[in-house]
Amino acid sequence: MSLLLHGRSVVAGSAEGEALVTHEALSFWGGYDFHTGTIIDKHHPLAGVSAAGRVLAVPFSKGSSTTTAVLLEAVRAGTAPAAILTTDVDSFFALASIVAGVMYARSFPVVALGARDFDALESGVRLVVEPDGTVRRV
Amino acid sequence: MLDGSRGPAPQLAMQILVRMAEVYGADALMDITQAHIDSTIYLGDATLEFAERLAGLGAKVAVPTSLNVSGVDECGWKDWAVPAEWAGKAARQMLAYERMGTTPTWTCAPYQTKMRPAFGQQIAWGESNAIAFANSVIGARTERYPDLLDICCAITGRVPAVGLHLTENRAGQLLLRLADVPPALQEDAQFFAVLGHLVGKLSGELIPVIDGVTSIPTEDQLKAFSAAVASSGRVALFHMIGVTPEAPTLDAAFQGRAPQQTRTITMEDLRAARRELTTADGQPLDMVILGSPHFSPAEFAALAPLVAGKQRHPSVRFLITSGRFMKETAEKSGTLAPIVEFGAQITLDTCILASPMLPPEIKTLMTNSPKYAYYAPSLLNTRVTFGSLADCVRSAVEGRVVRDDSLWETR
Repeated sequence: MSLLLHGRSVVAGSAEGEALVTHEALSFWGGYDFHTGTIIDKHHPLAGVSAAGRVLAVPFSKGSSTTTAVLLEAVRAGTAPAAILTTDVDSFFALASIVAGVMYARSFPVVALGARDFDALESGVRLVVEPDGTVRRV
Repeated sequence: MLDGSRGPAPQLAMQILVRMAEVYGADALMDITQAHIDSTIYLGDATLEFAERLAGLGAKVAVPTSLNVSGVDECGWKDWAVPAEWAGKAARQMLAYERMGTTPTWTCAPYQTKMRPAFGQQIAWGESNAIAFANSVIGARTERYPDLLDICCAITGRVPAVGLHLTENRAGQLLLRLADVPPALQEDAQFFAVLGHLVGKLSGELIPVIDGVTSIPTEDQLKAFSAAVASSGRVALFHMIGVTPEAPTLDAAFQGRAPQQTRTITMEDLRAARRELTTADGQPLDMVILGSPHFSPAEFAALAPLVAGKQRHPSVRFLITSGRFMKETAEKSGTLAPIVEFGAQITLDTCILASPMLPPEIKTLMTNSPKYAYYAPSLLNTRVTFGSLADCVRSAVEGRVVRDDSLWETR
């Protein structure tokens, strides 16, 4: 099935990776092990799954303010998702990417798709994220 | 600031802030008069490099600024399993933020220090529980600021003029009505913690309004509610009718608008939420842990008579995490002495989630904190029993988990 979505490019960039999709919000602090890229929140359906290098689709961040710092550590350690797709604009994911750009010249694309387009995503397919907010299956 | 005329640190902070203003869709920036920095939590080299880069550029905060927990108890870490390298780097990160002219409160409950903001005050706060408490319980105004941005707001004294800073965005959106919840249960010490855990899960991205509360919560119960609602969910502002300052009536809480959604909270919802906070089974117990958010003077005062003249069981450790100012107050008022005689240990300025202090033999915890109960299983790979303060003390004395469930599991 082809897939072509046009979201709002919150932090522009290019990425390609396998989609990892969840409909449950996630706190990266207490939820993401930046040493490995594994989701560790035992309350979360993706607990135990690695998001490193994948296009992570999560509707929005929840919980700790430290989510941004965990993501920055993950970028530095090379264990961050390749891109993050959300429903609405999520300021936490955007900030982490912007500061990763400032500190390490390694920002990652963050795209807000809206709830309907977000629902069209499925785990396992290979996605390309483009700087204008286009998300397509390859 | 953006052109560098005020120096390189304000320039860098303003560059990040302006990018974020675009993300938020803000037309303008606005002034704040206080900040609370959650970026103090040491995680690894990236958080340290960020702090030292700002400090190295000569960054100074432009407004009175309190500091959240650090990654190490500078005085007590050697009693625990904290690696020396971690302690050294976490202390460097503390120093970097202290050099910026901040007030070293080192607590996740800054609203219980002299830095407590006032109703209506425009502030930039990090730390999810503190954000929810400041907005909801005090009526101060902060967006849900993440680590790394809070310090940029403090250095510039500015925030994007959006979100919860503006009156029209503070109206309730989701109406949650308590149905047939007995008054006796509402008086129970665990009620507001459990309710917070549930409300966080139910709220999604909406501002919840809780109607039907018949008891008057203490400040520390509202603290537990704030911590719970911002752990299981992303709530930065809640209204509780008849309790919180922007919610004297339903009409006031919703600013005259209709709720976007309405839902009833039943006794069965509350029971299920309470069960979720416990991941341990059986009676083994290695440690009682209290104080997330940090244990307040009032909590020390409530604990003192419960432990006076008693001794903890030798096989159960009893740890309280608090801030230096809270402990000092408890010490002066005489409530700390019986707690120490009971066999409790106090860790200051950090907590078991922010500092790798627990030795591996500690596998089962008991707590009255919904935030510890929520995060400890994932962050520490421990199992947790959630109970009341009295349950925690009794369990520590008996050396096994003992919990009074009578109000919760029968009608």
